[in-house]
Parts: sequence; C-alpha cells; structure tokens
Amino acid sequence: MAHILFRHRDIPDLHKLEVYLANGGYEGLKKALSMTPAEVIDVVKASNLRGRGGAGFPTGLKWSFIPKGAPETYVLINTDESETGTFKDRELMERNPHQIIEGALIAAYAVNSHLVFNYIRGEYMDASYAFEEALRECRTAGIVGKNIMGSDFSVEFYTHYGAGAYICGEETALIESLAGNLGQPWSKPPFPAVEGLYKKPTVVNNTETLANVPGILVNGPDWFKMMGTPDSPGMKIVCISGHVEKPGNYEVPLGTTYRQLVDMAGGIRGGKKFKAILPSGGSGPIITEEALDAACSYDGLTPFRSVMGSASVIVMDETIDMVWAALKMIHFFRHESCGKCTPCREGTFWMERVLHRIYHGHGTEADIKLLESVADNMTGKCLCALGEFATSPVLSSIRHFLPEYKAKVAAGSNGRVAQRAVAAAAAD
Amino acid sequence: MLREKYANEIDALLARFPHKKSAVLHLMHLAQNEYGYMSEAAMREVADIVDLDPTHVLSLAGFYSLFYEEPTGRYVLEICNDLACALRGADEFVEMASRKLDIPVEGTTNDGMFTLKTVMCLGGCDRAPMLQCNLKFYENLDEAKFEALIGELRVRAVEAGNAEPSVVERIIGYATVPESAAPASAKKAPRKRKGS
Repeated sequence: MAHILFRHRDIPDLHKLEVYLANGGYEGLKKALSMTPAEVIDVVKASNLRGRGGAGFPTGLKWSFIPKGAPETYVLINTDESETGTFKDRELMERNPHQIIEGALIAAYAVNSHLVFNYIRGEYMDASYAFEEALRECRTAGIVGKNIMGSDFSVEFYTHYGAGAYICGEETALIESLAGNLGQPWSKPPFPAVEGLYKKPTVVNNTETLANVPGILVNGPDWFKMMGTPDSPGMKIVCISGHVEKPGNYEVPLGTTYRQLVDMAGGIRGGKKFKAILPSGGSGPIITEEALDAACSYDGLTPFRSVMGSASVIVMDETIDMVWAALKMIHFFRHESCGKCTPCREGTFWMERVLHRIYHGHGTEADIKLLESVADNMTGKCLCALGEFATSPVLSSIRHFLPEYKAKVAAGSNGRVAQRAVAAAAAD
Repeated sequence: MLREKYANEIDALLARFPHKKSAVLHLMHLAQNEYGYMSEAAMREVADIVDLDPTHVLSLAGFYSLFYEEPTGRYVLEICNDLACALRGADEFVEMASRKLDIPVEGTTNDGMFTLKTVMCLGGCDRAPMLQCNLKFYENLDEAKFEALIGELRVRAVEAGNAEPSVVERIIGYATVPESAAPASAKKAPRKRKGS
C-alpha cells in the first residue's frame, strides 16, 4: 500500500522541492488558496482528522475556535517530540519536510495567520537539516513569504529550537517556551485559541497532524475517511521500539491491531515470549496479552483502560522485570516534571523514591499501597497531563503485575531478616 | 563577543519575533557553542542582547537540559538510557562507555576531551544504543563503534583545532535568507505582518 505520510519511502528525494512539486506537491495549498478560509476549515472538519500528538482533538474544530477577524494569530507546529519511544516526526522532518510545510501553510490560511513557527526540540537540530533546506527553497520559490503562490496571502515561516524539556510538547508550555520563558504549562482556560502566543489566538498542531492536511485538501474528506475506522479515520505512524526484530516507524491505517503491529515489526526478538506493551510511550497504561487484538485507534484501548496516545509502541518480552520498567518511567517523569505544580513535582519525586526502594529490596507491602495513594493525590490534581501520565505506567504495572511487586517486597524482607540474623550472630 | 561575531545572524533572529525575548533560547545555544557552557559572562551577554534580566537567563539555563552550567569536555557524550533504549542494552552501553573512558557518568576525562552523561529519550529508540555528541546523533552503536567514534573524535579535535564546524552554527546560518536567492518582496516580509 502506498504511503500517505511517509511518501518519501515510495518517492526518492521527496525532500527536494522540485521532486515534491513533480509529485503533486503544494496542490493542496493551491486548492486551499482558491477557497475561503471557512471552506478550508469545513473540509478538514468533514475529514474528522484528529490530532496525532496523542490527545486526538479534531483538527478542523481546533482551527474553527480561532476568532474570525482577529488581527494577529499564530500557527505553531509542535515538533517537540520527546515522548519516550517516539521518533515519527523526526523521520517526517528528515525525509518529507515539504508536506509539513504545506500542511502548516494551509492551517495558516485557514485561521488567517501570517506567522508560522515550527517548534523543534533542540536535540533535533541536526535532524532538521532537510527541513531548514526545504524552508529555504520555499522562500526562494515564493511559497513562503509575501503573496504566496501568486495569491494575496502572505505568511512568514520560521523554525524555533527548544533546549531539552519534554514538557514543551504540552501546548501551553510550548507557547511559554517560544515566548522566551520557562516551559511551564498554564491552567486552561484561557485556551490558546483565545489567548496563546503573546496573548494572541494561536493554533498548535502536531507535525504529523499537519502532514495529513495537504492530502485531505487535494482528495477530499471522503478519501481520507476511507482509511482507518469511522471514529479514527486516516493513517497513523506507529513508532515500534523495544524487544522486536525490526524496530522502526510503520505507517498503518488506524484500527490496525497491536498484534499486527508486533508481527509487522518482525515479532518478539530472539523467539522470546511477549509480555507487555507501553502503547503510548510512557504516557499511557501498560497493556498485556489480552489487549493484543485491540485496535490501535483513539478508542481501541478504552476497554483495556489504556490509550493510543502518540502511538509509541514499546514492546517488552518475558525477561523484563516490570518493577524495573515502572522505575525507568517514573524516573523519566520525575526528571521532566516542570516543577510548577506541587502534586506533580512532589508526586513524581516520591513515587520514584518509593519504587526505587521496592526495586532494590528495601520496600514493604505498605509501599505498594503508598504508590497508589501518591498517584491518587496526583490524578486530576495537576496543572497539565504530565502528572496524570506519570502515574499510569506505575499504576498499570501494579494492576497487571502485582505478584512481581510482592515478590520484590518479600525478597527484600527475607534479605533483611537474614541480614539481621547475620548481624546478631556477629554480635554474639 | 557574540553580538559582533554573529551580527547578521542575530539581527535576523531578532527580526523573526514580534518580541525579541523569544530569541533567547537561540542565543543561549549560540553562546554555549561559543563558550562551551553557560558561564556567567555568557548569560549576561545573552541577557543584554534581548534586554532581559540575567537572572532570567540563569533560570532558563537551569530549566533546559541542553544547557550546561559547568564547563564540560570538548565533546559531551549524552547516551539515552531511557526505557526504550534500555530494552536494547543502553544501560550496559553506558557502563561500557564509562569503563572505556575511565570516568563516571557526569565525569570529564582528564584531558578535557570527553564528558559522559545519560539523558532522556532522544528520539532514536529504534536505533539504540545511541548517543548525542554536541547535538549530533550516533546510532546503532556497540562497543567497537563506540571505540571507533572516540578515536575519530580525538583525531578531529587535533585536526580541526578551534575551527570545528558545529550543528548550532549551521542552524544559525539559516537565520539569514541568502540575499541573492530571496525575492525582493520576501526580504521585507518579516517586519510586515499586522493587517497585511
């Protein structure tokens, strides 16, 4: 099946403007410029394209929230991609940059914005080479700048680099970071569509989301809805990592099952048995064998109390100690907590400490309850979703693998009894 | 001084934003590239360019993990040992690197050549073990490739001297639209936005 997003896998040198143009490039933008902004929004709404960064908010609806006639609005591309196990936007940027630019220009036209920024994580500075080149080509060719493609619409388009902060993928943190502040989220409302960058109406879209837009304009919403499922139309890039034979990015229709994804990636490495998946990087609850036939879609994992998120599928085989995996993830969130709100800052800190002692055999049964209690004090009480995300790998691993936690605690207490006996014997 | 050395690039950067404070992260990248870390003088210099209090720049340097508040080795080797990479041997890779360089994590070799760090996900999970060295990725690594990389970097340090090209410089180069290539209309565009 031909790719919709990873078209560079079918067309060599697609990152070059001439090649992109020769393959239908910027036709979507041309089409958009011949329509009214409201019509463009209607087409995207009709396609039911939903945000690919994880939250799944309908893109057209997001655009429609920008007040009509606002004198100054901004479009921001979110290429902060920092979720553990996520590397899809990087490949898009490296290999198919024009499709992102085209999607963002269509968004800018739809919300009447004359300034677009691509917020790229600082670590991707080297990977953004092709994107910078593509942008330069666009400026030279009059696709970016004044009166783009001969229309009366003008738009400037720049890159902006972060400097290492997971939280900047959260849209309000991203806006703060772009404004030159600490990347710390604010409590919504106000929503960015009303008060965003420099307190002006702002659209923040994920890179992959925007790469879907040109095709929708050219081929129409019905074409888009032919792929995927009714609630989750379109294709999705799934990043598969961990214990599979062929880790990498896979572009699949939404609704593909997790079992199919694992098979696509060559199955479990070394003929080992499957144990668990973190389906949304660190940000979603762990799923096990029972959920393998669930669909990778916005609601496919609901019965299994998990989420697709950004579709960063981290696969773990039977050799993995789930307490270790949970500790790795909480370490990540403790490190990346921005420190602004107390439940997240303190909660992630204490959860790491408690998990650390359980893992190293110093925990007690009560510590397992304590983890749940701390998590309970974070859930629904943090400024942004990070605090919520942080609890999910831990809580879900307790839910699915409680015996492993108990064994750690028991081994630790046996060890302590033995130590005390040795100490007592030595004292005699 | 950055302001003199990168006059055109800094002007172009400032012109991108309706508020020049937005250029602060770019300037911090540039300052670190120039001075090796975010020294107090470097932070004051950045603050001066964008009219910020130096303490604001200090708080940013503390918040964002790519900025170093202490001097580092010439090459900062940042190995990702987050979950996805760890499933493919990143923790063992860190141990190996630490042994080969004979420094602990966060340590710097006596010759000032290498600093070893571990970092959170870099987006190279399918090519683990991997590391970032002065913002360049090196992927699908193993012990032999790591040794080769260390050797290659040592040679490069001698050959390039102080003229080693950097990722930050290349990116900053994109700030300015080439005069010959840009149509006259596009050159004026950044300033003209409101109501256009």
